[in-house]
Amino acid sequence: MRALLRHSVPLLFGALCVFGVVVAEISPSFLLGEMMVRVGRNSLLILSLLIPILAGLGLNFGIVIGAMAGQIAAVLVVHWGVPGIGGFGLAWLLATPIAILFGIATGLLFNKAKGREMVSGLIAGYFANGLYQLLFLFAVGSIIPFHTESMLLPQGYGIRNTVDLSSIQYAVDDLVALRLPVQGINLRVPVVTYGVIAAVCFLTLFFFRTRLGQQLRAMGQDDHVAAIAGIPVERNRVLATVLSTVLASWGQLLFLQNIGTLNTYNSHEQVGMFAIAALLVSGATVSRATVGQALLGAILFHTLFVVSPLAGKALAGDAQIGEYFRVFVAYAVITVALVLHAWQSWASAREAARS
Amino acid sequence: MRVPGALREAGLPRLLIAGFLALLLGVAVATRMDLRSLISDSITRVGRNGILVLALLPAVQGGLGLNFGLPLGIVCGLIGCVVSLNAGIHGPAGLLAASGIGLALSIPAGIGYGWLLNRTRGQEMMVGTYLGFAVVSMMSVFWLLAPFRNPTLVWAIGGRGLRTTLSLGGVFDKVLDRWLSFTVGGITIPSGTLILFAALTFLVWLFFRTRMGITIAAARSHPRFARAAGISDERTRIQASVLSTALGAVGIVVFSQSYGFVQLYTAPLLMAFPAIACILIGGATVTRATIGNVLVGTVLFQSILTVALPVTSQVIQGDISETARLIIQNGMILYALTRIGRT
Repeated sequence: MRALLRHSVPLLFGALCVFGVVVAEISPSFLLGEMMVRVGRNSLLILSLLIPILAGLGLNFGIVIGAMAGQIAAVLVVHWGVPGIGGFGLAWLLATPIAILFGIATGLLFNKAKGREMVSGLIAGYFANGLYQLLFLFAVGSIIPFHTESMLLPQGYGIRNTVDLSSIQYAVDDLVALRLPVQGINLRVPVVTYGVIAAVCFLTLFFFRTRLGQQLRAMGQDDHVAAIAGIPVERNRVLATVLSTVLASWGQLLFLQNIGTLNTYNSHEQVGMFAIAALLVSGATVSRATVGQALLGAILFHTLFVVSPLAGKALAGDAQIGEYFRVFVAYAVITVALVLHAWQSWASAREAARS
Repeated sequence: MRVPGALREAGLPRLLIAGFLALLLGVAVATRMDLRSLISDSITRVGRNGILVLALLPAVQGGLGLNFGLPLGIVCGLIGCVVSLNAGIHGPAGLLAASGIGLALSIPAGIGYGWLLNRTRGQEMMVGTYLGFAVVSMMSVFWLLAPFRNPTLVWAIGGRGLRTTLSLGGVFDKVLDRWLSFTVGGITIPSGTLILFAALTFLVWLFFRTRMGITIAAARSHPRFARAAGISDERTRIQASVLSTALGAVGIVVFSQSYGFVQLYTAPLLMAFPAIACILIGGATVTRATIGNVLVGTVLFQSILTVALPVTSQVIQGDISETARLIIQNGMILYALTRIGRT
């Protein structure tokens, strides 16, 4: 019973997903195909949230900024016309230093707004979005020389709303092309993508055991004690943010190579919200999350993502209801997690004050 | 950063924003734009958004921080509007009905919100933000399923689900804006809206001089003394949240009548942010705000938003004003978040 209660969130979600699948009469092969694609392209973004949670920074809403770094790299690679896996590798290499810079800036901001990292990260994402628009909508092609006409808006400057990434599409997914015939449909199995995800999982687990990882864990438990123990808290917080931002930029690139088009001004906006909601669905909290939970969350959340418009259509004859419903679920899951976290720390603070 | 006393008093960000506004107006004069219409539009926008900014004041004063959960009150007001429209109540009566229903809903909503915030101390802003997001998205489902049948409100095809924007034309569109409205030197003054804004501002000012208002502010600024004096800050925080939510509900009704449309679905999602930017630009902090901050901030920020689009479009193609809004608004909020506890 207790185990049931402890895992109530993922169980509830699992039940919701199963209900949706049954109601909408979704075939297993369709679901399997969809899940293979979605889990592959979203997992890395979700994994990028783990390190800041370990360090006690909470949910890093600032991964949106990492995603922007990835998109800047993607635009450059298309501009230079480097195709295939070479182009993707170049984008990955380019995104890293940009993401490191962005991560340092975000980390310094978090140090200035201690205890309010989450709301600061959220607003920092919106703020960065403004700067990003300034860069791509106005600076590129006017102040910054840019000569790929096909990517520019008709006015001669500013990147178009969509950038065609077909030159690097499936660069990683199909590096080892494997097709799985299920019920007459050839499912694309992105072997290398899953290899990358597995590698990041193992690296994250390994990182938790390193000296820095242990320091972050100590900081996550008690900032103050960690500082007294001689751990450079401020520096480590920046490091944790940088690692998260870099992983997010890689995650966004992996996402984009699967999608194949970049919505220059929208692709990054929802990244933080969906990654965070997915992580929380697995039963992770603001202060505790594991690699396994990240993967479970990816599966559960994206099942619901596929299922809910179809279930909405089957139940109410309107897919729009399902669309709104899944957005509501994403927000509600985050809200509940935030409330529970704040409620628990409030209750324990009150206990401490009483004793 | 060391800033001379006088500059510090006015606040560097406020001076920067005022400078930016002056620059925009300068460009407008230099390019011989119609200044009168720019000023008219600015005044209209100030009246339209004023109450939503005012709604943030009780929350800050009550120690809840910046009320990112403003959409909660906004949604209450929207329900009021929709119910009133569905019943087909025209003119000032419709406006009254909408705000009355909005107010009635906002009181329980505000109590619940305050209760929740009492249990999530220290994370009020984050909880407020996401509670607002969750409520707005839940209401999106509601707008689709709600049993409203008035053909002017629901989608023409299918006959179910409210439209994304409902026109107030001929119902209570600009009822307040037009009331006692007059034109001076080519500048139109939407008197009714401004009078209501002024009256509510005065009432809020008066409220913070009553016993209840003083205890709310005291519980925020000196919680220990307040507790010693027998004031429960759990109670005052709930009062502050109710007041803030109620003003949010009235605020959106006034906003809608001035705008001429009721915007449903995702429209209220991000409405708290510009309002918060206004009060911060006016010089408020996360822990302290005055009526003066509300007025100065609303005038500065709303004027920039109004003037930026027509002025910048003279110089550059494309809409840079939206980008500028994102940067100013969120930059301002970030600045305030990094300055807590060091004033």
